[in-house]
Amino acid sequence: MAQKLDYLRETASQTAGPYVHIGLAPGAAGFEIFDNELGQDIAGPNAKGERIRVEGIVRDGTGSPVKDVLIEIWQANADGIYAHPESAGEVEEGFRGFGRVIPAFETGIWAFDTIKPGAVDGAPHLNLWVVARGINVGLNTRLYFSDEDNSADPVLNLIEWENRRATLIAQRGDDATYRFDITLQGDNETVFFDV
Amino acid sequence: MGKPAEYYQRDRRLHPPAHAPHYKTSVTRSPQKALISLENSISEITGPRFGHNDIGANDNDLLFNFATPGESPIGERIIMHGRVLDENARPVPNALVEIWQANAGGRYRHKKDTYLAPMDPNFGGCGRTITDENGYYFFRTVKPGAYPWRNWVNDWRPAHIHFSIFGTAWAQRLITQCYFEGDPLIPKCPIVQSIPDPEAIEQLTAALDLNATIPLDSIAYKFDVVLRGRRSTLFENRMEGN
Ligand SMILES: [Fe+2]
Repeated sequence: MAQKLDYLRETASQTAGPYVHIGLAPGAAGFEIFDNELGQDIAGPNAKGERIRVEGIVRDGTGSPVKDVLIEIWQANADGIYAHPESAGEVEEGFRGFGRVIPAFETGIWAFDTIKPGAVDGAPHLNLWVVARGINVGLNTRLYFSDEDNSADPVLNLIEWENRRATLIAQRGDDATYRFDITLQGDNETVFFDV
Repeated sequence: MGKPAEYYQRDRRLHPPAHAPHYKTSVTRSPQKALISLENSISEITGPRFGHNDIGANDNDLLFNFATPGESPIGERIIMHGRVLDENARPVPNALVEIWQANAGGRYRHKKDTYLAPMDPNFGGCGRTITDENGYYFFRTVKPGAYPWRNWVNDWRPAHIHFSIFGTAWAQRLITQCYFEGDPLIPKCPIVQSIPDPEAIEQLTAALDLNATIPLDSIAYKFDVVLRGRRSTLFENRMEGN
């Protein structure tokens, strides 16, 4: 036996369950309780950079849409600066870089508006966190952009299976809209990270 | 600029596995490939920060925040309180804590919840607050009821409150559920029991806290949350100085 270390242990995760929408995005789910819903305006009115829209769908291992999913977004501004004291530099007034999105109830398709971030330690990317009923620990992933040079990104290049890297690239369509589908399981499973 | 100090790696053995066959919904929603391990970069060391301007003054009072003036929800009045700490046992101030829960009968205010227990017109079921300089938070609410769900044919969730916590970093993001001391449904619940570590389940069980009750008003439960801790920057600096 040896001395005990003084660390505490992290609290265990539990699924966000079927009603996470009323908890974390009540207004978007049609339940008016708070004056200010968090995560509804990612970039704010003064943000520099290109205004973009990202849309997609989350699918389970059977290919069915996951309609009760909630996705959180964390991103830098157009200069690659996060709204956080440890990021070197200032962001525009009103820029938070944080978002929450839930899908349309009938289709499972979700969409959010933001600005395209600048490069941060590699290629520009959004950090996404995916929770839902049946997901026991929130899933971390990243979204990169098809019209950027992602070839030298250290995180993408860490993925040993080159064919899986494509699961993290959002495809640019018309009108500055990107498509980013997430597959929780099976063929073409999205790459998730242990951060 | 040097590399930022990293957060301690998450000990996945105390968290439920993605695929927990007795919790059936996880079967098709669990990734089958291993997570790719990332060293923390600035993207994970940072994270959204929240302040009192983001929330309303009564957002942590679920007895009040949806009730008709002069009325209050039905159920056992409770104070749910505790601290947000990190693995270094240091308080996490300015942490955003959000909760959602069923009413005293076990019914959520959600269009997909069709349980026959009645909706309570005076209970919304969600709240949020920000920890103070000691990492302390509290909510006033009613104790949620147990409710049935179709997992096996006849499963019942123990009384629980869903908790969502933001610390200072994206790497610390956590959603969990808080259970209540003495609930006989805890050992029977496939969601709780997806956690492989009995101590970790104990850590999710709020303790009756008689000292914090308000006499003749509300009973109290204590629930501390521990977020991932961070390597000391002092140690990082020493490494760089070598
Ligand atoms: Fe629940």
